[in-house]
This record gives sequence, structure tokens and C-alpha cells, in this order.
Amino acid sequence: MTGVTATFKPGDPVRVLTGSPPGHIRTPVYIRGKIGRVEALHGMFGNPESLAFGGDGLPKRSLYQVGFPQTELWERYTGSPRDTLYVDIYEHWLELA
Amino acid sequence: MNDHTEHGSEPHAHERHRLSPYARRSEAIAALLIEKGMLTKEELRREMETMARRSPADGARLVARAWVDPAFKSRLAANPKAAAAELGIDATSYAELVIVENTERLHHLVVCTLCSCYPRTLLGIPPDWYKSLPYRSRAVTDPRGVMKEFGLELPDSVEVRVLDSTADMRYLVVPRRPPGTDHLTEEELAQLVTRDSMIGVANPEYSAPAHA
Amino acid sequence: MRGVHDRGGWPGAGPIDRAEHHLEDWERRTDAMVQLLSSPKKAVTRVDEIRRAIECLPLDQYEFLSYYEKWTSALETLMIEKGIVTRDEIERKVADLERKERGD
Repeated sequence: MTGVTATFKPGDPVRVLTGSPPGHIRTPVYIRGKIGRVEALHGMFGNPESLAFGGDGLPKRSLYQVGFPQTELWERYTGSPRDTLYVDIYEHWLELA
Repeated sequence: MNDHTEHGSEPHAHERHRLSPYARRSEAIAALLIEKGMLTKEELRREMETMARRSPADGARLVARAWVDPAFKSRLAANPKAAAAELGIDATSYAELVIVENTERLHHLVVCTLCSCYPRTLLGIPPDWYKSLPYRSRAVTDPRGVMKEFGLELPDSVEVRVLDSTADMRYLVVPRRPPGTDHLTEEELAQLVTRDSMIGVANPEYSAPAHA
Repeated sequence: MRGVHDRGGWPGAGPIDRAEHHLEDWERRTDAMVQLLSSPKKAVTRVDEIRRAIECLPLDQYEFLSYYEKWTSALETLMIEKGIVTRDEIERKVADLERKERGD
């Protein structure tokens, strides 16, 4: 993919940052602080946190699909141990785990 | 006061949408925007017509074609908007489409926990339940419980993969082709593909007609 | 601390009501308005702004208002924020429409 600057690549273990900054955040609370694995890089997109307040959303951020085992996310998960949950997360909400 | 119900002053749920005071508020905003030249009546009318034309039948045609034509299925996965255009479906919009395929070992369920993001260009307007708070809460914590409410139970050997549409990507599920359908035409196959199966709460089913 | 809209795993969620309703004309019109205003061609607002405005609703309103009631509320907030209309203009227009309906 040309023109894309990306810190993470598929297979990388990543941790979702914690904290509850004000504003329009597209990182759901239920994955904050959790560890998953990068599945794919979707590309680069305008930052919704800025777009939501009339900003231009620049610079664009890399957007990743990150997969989590359900048993990691929910203490009392009752489905299969194989089950997973994938979330689309912007780069600035991730760090290498 | 005429409230169209027999049970007292609270409108029934289905009446709420029709009787909402927000109806007039929305109408007022539309009228003002037209007066101020931000929109025209014609644009509004055309947009409403475009929306009304979109339905799950479009998504179903893509799925049926993918079932019968492996090369198309590859093109669909690689570039969903271009593949949709091959079938005369205009799926252009700012949102990115991602096609995910169910297999013997993998079943997808799509949700938007933060609002109601949905592949509208392929499926039309989402159903009320997709936008509902219980679905948004439980699709992630209890996907199998949700699917069970819709009549779908899968063995533990199948991975249930929930996709939370938190950004620009819109997900469409290509469900598994039901067995015993080799003899069906593409049009007949498309009839089997329900909206719910392209969201992931159900699977397409086929039962051969009984012979007299 | 979570936003009123951040619903994944929200406690106390019960069974899913699968009943669907056909959209009223005003709901379809509201949807069309939002699509048009946030289209790249018009770019009067962005979908992110609409979402943000909805997320600012107090919890009780967020849970009680219907989907298109929330969109209408968000549209109002944004059109005023952007100086395109004033609250006063909206109230006067609502009153006009009420009068027309009564046949005054």
C-alpha cells in the first residue's frame, strides 16, 4: 500500500490505551487496556476526533482491524473459547504489547 | 384528545414515530434549509427516492453471484464497490465496504456498538433491532445468545467472530450456501439470502419442496 | 467513564425486540437531509459531527428518543452551531407549521 505510514503490521500484539479523554472517541470503552492482535491495516483515514468538531481530520491516521479473544474481554463469557471480537481502531489508540 | 389508542394517554410504540413532536421540528428545519438555499425540494425528493430503492435484494444478488462464480467472489472480496457495479449496484459512498465470508469453521456477526453503522449502500436502511441498545450491548458480550434469539445456534467448534464497525469500514457477510441447492438458478439462490444472514444473526436456509 | 452512546457490554441489556416499523415520511426526510448535508458535494456537516451531537445528549434523552428523533435533535444543534439557522427561527417555523395544520 503506497503512501501509508503505519507503525503496526498484521500479527503484532497490541494494547489499547486506557483513559477517557473528552470529545468524540471511536475506541469503545470495553477494549480499552485490552491486548489483541493486529489482523489488518485498512488504510489511512481522517481523524474523527477532529472531524467531529469541524476540524480537517489531518493528518490522516492508520486504521487497523484488531482481533481479541472474547474470553480476554469478558469475565463471564459463555460462548466458545474460539470466539473473537474484531474492532477497527486508529493508530494513536494502540501501543505494541 | 384523540390519541388513537384504547389504553390511555401513552401512544403505543408504533404510534410514537408517527406522532412524534420531532416530526414537525424536522419539517421546520427542512423548510428553513430550503429557504436558505442549503437544499432544494428536488434534491430532497431525489435523495429519498434513492434511499427507497436500496434494499437487501442488492446484497443478496452479490452473495448469489459469489456463490456460483468463484472469480466474482474474489473480485468482490478485493474491490466490493467495483464488483457491485458489475451487477448495476451503485455502492459508491465515503464508507469503505469490506466483505467477510462465513465458512465451516467461521461465522461473522456485525454490529456498531457506538451508533448504527451499516452497509446501507448494499442493504438499505438498517432494521430497528440493529440500532437498538440491547443489540448494541449484547452482540459483543453474548453473540451466541443474540443469534439464538434469531433462531441460530452454532457448535462451539465454529468461531463466532463479532465485527464492531467503529470506523469507516462497513461489513457485509457472505453467508454459507445451504446444502442441496446445486440445481437452483442464481435468481433462486438470491431469494434465499436474507438481510439477517448478511448481518450474521441468521443463516440462509433451503428445504426442497415436498413432492405430492 | 463512558459516553452514553458507548453501548458495547452496557449492563442490564435484555432481549432484543425484533419488531420493525416502516419509516414515517418525516423519518425518511430526516435521513435524506442528513445524507445530503453530509455528502462531499454539499459538505455542510460531517457524519462525525452528527454523531458527536447525538453523543452529547443526556442519558435519559439518549435512551428515550427514537433514532430519527436523535438525528433531528443533532441536526438542530449543528445547524445552530454553524450559524445556518437560529433557535428562534426554528421555533417560529414550528409555530407557522402548527398554524397551517390547524387551518388558521
